[in-house]
Amino acid sequence: MTDFATISPKRMALRRFLSHKAAVGSCVLLALMVLAVILSPFTARYGVNQSVRKPPNTFLPPQKLAWFGTDDIGRDLYSRLIYGIRVSLIIGLFSALISTIVGCVVGAVAGFRGGRFDDVVMRVTDLFLAFPFLVALLVIRNTIGSIHWLTVIIGDKSSARFIVFLLAFFGWMGVARIVRGQVLALKEREFIEAARAVGATRRYIVRRHLLPNSIGPIMVALSFAVVGAITAESTLAFFGYGPQAGDGATSLGILVGAAKGAVQTGYWWIAVFPCFALVLISLAINFIGDALRDATDPRLDRGE
Amino acid sequence: MMSELVLSIRDLRVTFDTPLGPLEAVRGVDIDVHAGEMMGVVGESGSGKSVTFLAAMGLLPHRAKITGSVLLNGQEMIGAPNKVLRNMRGGLMSMIFQDPLSALNPVHRVGDQIVEMLQAHQSQLSDKDAAKRAVELLDIVGIPQAAERAHQYPHEFSGGMRQRVVIAIAIANNPKVLIADEPTTALDVTVQAQILEVIERVQKTFGTAVVLITHDLGVIARVADRVNVMYAGRNVEKGGVDSLFDHPSHPYTRGLLASLPHEGAERLTPITGFPPNMLMPPPGCGFAPRCSFANDGCLTSLPALRSFGDLETACLRAEQIVIDGARP
Amino acid sequence: MNQPILKVENLNKNFELRANSGIRKTKRIVQAVSDVSFSVDRGQTLGIVGESGSGKTTVGRCVLQLLDITSGTISFEGKNLAGLSFEEMRQIRRKMQIVFQDPFASLDPKMTVGSSIAEPLVVQGVDGDHNEKVAHLLELVGLAADHAKRFPHEFSGGQRQRVGIARALALDPALIVLDEPVSALDVSIQAGVVNLFGDLQERLGMSYVFIAHDLSVVRHIADRVAVMYLGKIVEIGDKKSIYDHPTHPYTKALLSAVPVPNPTTERSRSRIMLQGDVPSPVNPPTGCRFRTRCWKATELCASTEPQLVVRPTGQLSACHFPE
Repeated sequence: MTDFATISPKRMALRRFLSHKAAVGSCVLLALMVLAVILSPFTARYGVNQSVRKPPNTFLPPQKLAWFGTDDIGRDLYSRLIYGIRVSLIIGLFSALISTIVGCVVGAVAGFRGGRFDDVVMRVTDLFLAFPFLVALLVIRNTIGSIHWLTVIIGDKSSARFIVFLLAFFGWMGVARIVRGQVLALKEREFIEAARAVGATRRYIVRRHLLPNSIGPIMVALSFAVVGAITAESTLAFFGYGPQAGDGATSLGILVGAAKGAVQTGYWWIAVFPCFALVLISLAINFIGDALRDATDPRLDRGE
Repeated sequence: MMSELVLSIRDLRVTFDTPLGPLEAVRGVDIDVHAGEMMGVVGESGSGKSVTFLAAMGLLPHRAKITGSVLLNGQEMIGAPNKVLRNMRGGLMSMIFQDPLSALNPVHRVGDQIVEMLQAHQSQLSDKDAAKRAVELLDIVGIPQAAERAHQYPHEFSGGMRQRVVIAIAIANNPKVLIADEPTTALDVTVQAQILEVIERVQKTFGTAVVLITHDLGVIARVADRVNVMYAGRNVEKGGVDSLFDHPSHPYTRGLLASLPHEGAERLTPITGFPPNMLMPPPGCGFAPRCSFANDGCLTSLPALRSFGDLETACLRAEQIVIDGARP
Repeated sequence: MNQPILKVENLNKNFELRANSGIRKTKRIVQAVSDVSFSVDRGQTLGIVGESGSGKTTVGRCVLQLLDITSGTISFEGKNLAGLSFEEMRQIRRKMQIVFQDPFASLDPKMTVGSSIAEPLVVQGVDGDHNEKVAHLLELVGLAADHAKRFPHEFSGGQRQRVGIARALALDPALIVLDEPVSALDVSIQAGVVNLFGDLQERLGMSYVFIAHDLSVVRHIADRVAVMYLGKIVEIGDKKSIYDHPTHPYTKALLSAVPVPNPTTERSRSRIMLQGDVPSPVNPPTGCRFRTRCWKATELCASTEPQLVVRPTGQLSACHFPE
């Protein structure tokens, strides 16, 4: 009999997570980023649409006045990056959260009920997956834009809220598949049969046994959903959804989009800083996702 | 009287580094295997019986710390260069495991897998000769219609048949030692009887020494010549099979035999307590915490194996136990 | 009431294997359990022995309604379990429980041992202090009350199995199906758990269906034994008759194959070696299912399936040429 103090699976997972140095570093980085972004009125040096000084102020290289240089109308790139990251992180986080919740429910119920129900749900999922993203965007732009009451709930085309729902609408399938796979594997384990043997309802088993034991893959899926959302957001910006540059708002996606032009013109800071920020965020989330997967690997919970 | 020594393990120690600290799986094991004999190695979880022979085969991961000596046909295996180890495995010494399905490659035909083993150690064998020999080997292990079945894939065989194939691969190059790690544990009892018969037949035909690792004392009683009992990473008792079953000297062996169901028993006699946690092994005799004969000396000093009548025992109080009239 | 606590009549359970060959789906039917009948008296233990493919595990699952049966009748305390609603069956589940083979997989690794044991009480909406009941149960199975806060990975296999037993006892059932409950345990630990089953039966009047492949353990604990082969019961009767005077060739072969831990007896006794492996339950042999491995088989065995018939020694066996 072990003489260890009780180590809950959660604490064991935490310990394993903390042993991944890259992940821990990523957490620190993201935490700093989030902090910088939350305190944006203080950390940003200028307003999002503010010119750094009177002209000439366009395309200034990085200097004391503007740490990351200025853009085509003289706005400080550093400050815009802070505001942009804030918008993107919010969009990424919320859409990932919603799509994960939806995906969990769909995947868990489909996987556990099995049979024809599972077949139907999975075919619907496949439908969503197969549907071309951009075509759907155009369809949605035209249909939803004209349904007024929907606009009230989901927000109008150029709002962040709209993007969140759009990305969630197209992002839940991956999570559903992952959760369904996990549930299928767990379904035959004896502790599930034991719960059935005492008369537990399906809902109880999903809630009490299947989902908690799927936390690992769910967390991983969540982290990748965030990255996916942030990168998808830049595509959407290109197509005229979400914060529009014309309105003065900005997002990481818009800033990365502007990088295209900069490659030819030689104003390297327009490209380097936003892209670097995106890469950093993606890498950080990837490292965290990897570490989460290792930390919550159910095989290690088998003990001995 | 005893034939030549083919495998000699001396003071083998294996330690694994785990996140929870060093795990001493094997703590000074001595085993001698003579040519042509069937040596039974008995132990339960934490005894180190499997790890001992995985170490001898060089099959443990690099991070395992291994010290001691393993002499196979006089040649040292611990720390030997990879070339020597590769020659040894499948050549001089083979090992078969509990699950035949994972031992066989599912995408290769069974005959090809035997040929692969043959040609790895007998490179001069032509494809044709190797294929012929493969069929002969399948026949030796009792697979009906061997010539046709050599062209089949592992999934087309049942569990018992697969284990026969695994044995055929293991004996392909006529090894001096065959290590069988729980070869019948996953099989039905009627199939187990067949496989034990195959192993015995192979042993008699080729003069191979067999190390049969198991927790089943019935299997030991059926086929083993000599027995090695392991507990908590060490040997606790050794001897001929008849002597060991008739008058076991070590309390663990006694406890094990007594706890088996037998006729007329109202209640079984379990061994109290639990197998040891090898992360924190007991300082003295590994079995002492569970032993009803243990005294303070047992809890503090690690006993060595010594002669006791026609057995070898690692119990400090073996004589006293007999004097006190404890029933085996 | 002298009525048996469990009565199974003509139980059939088929599984469908869906094999998609192109567009046409060929359905293969596995007859896991065929025409199985037995009863268990209150306070008694029925042992069901068999090898892989025998269907013994499926029988256990069917009795507990964890699987839908294809046909047949299962009656618990005289009540037919067919067609009961989820709620009605839930009431019956309080009295009928199961202990599984694998001590690692039978407990939710994310729940404390105490929560796992209390789960039946929670699901069934039992009032009262669960903590007290859990502590009592832990002590009943030989563990300490403060183990309730620990997680499964902190226990050894034998201890986890005891936790599984405590959970099965939580609702004070009258019948427990024990599905290979000691197979995965170390030999030195098995004895303690087997004793525990005996003690519980004596103290609480428990009835057991003990499913196992280890004949020596079954011999120790069972009152009556059923021997299964490829989905059918080939021999059934009281323990003494089966072990001392087996009448079915398969029973004889099975008893002969089990190694006895005594070198002198083991090496001197004659052994019946069966040829070949257990046939696939997808295509069982016609007539007597054992005939492909039986040394007595004749044409009669292939054409006519033998029925269970009472033998002089008291048990029933299904063979045209009984021993």
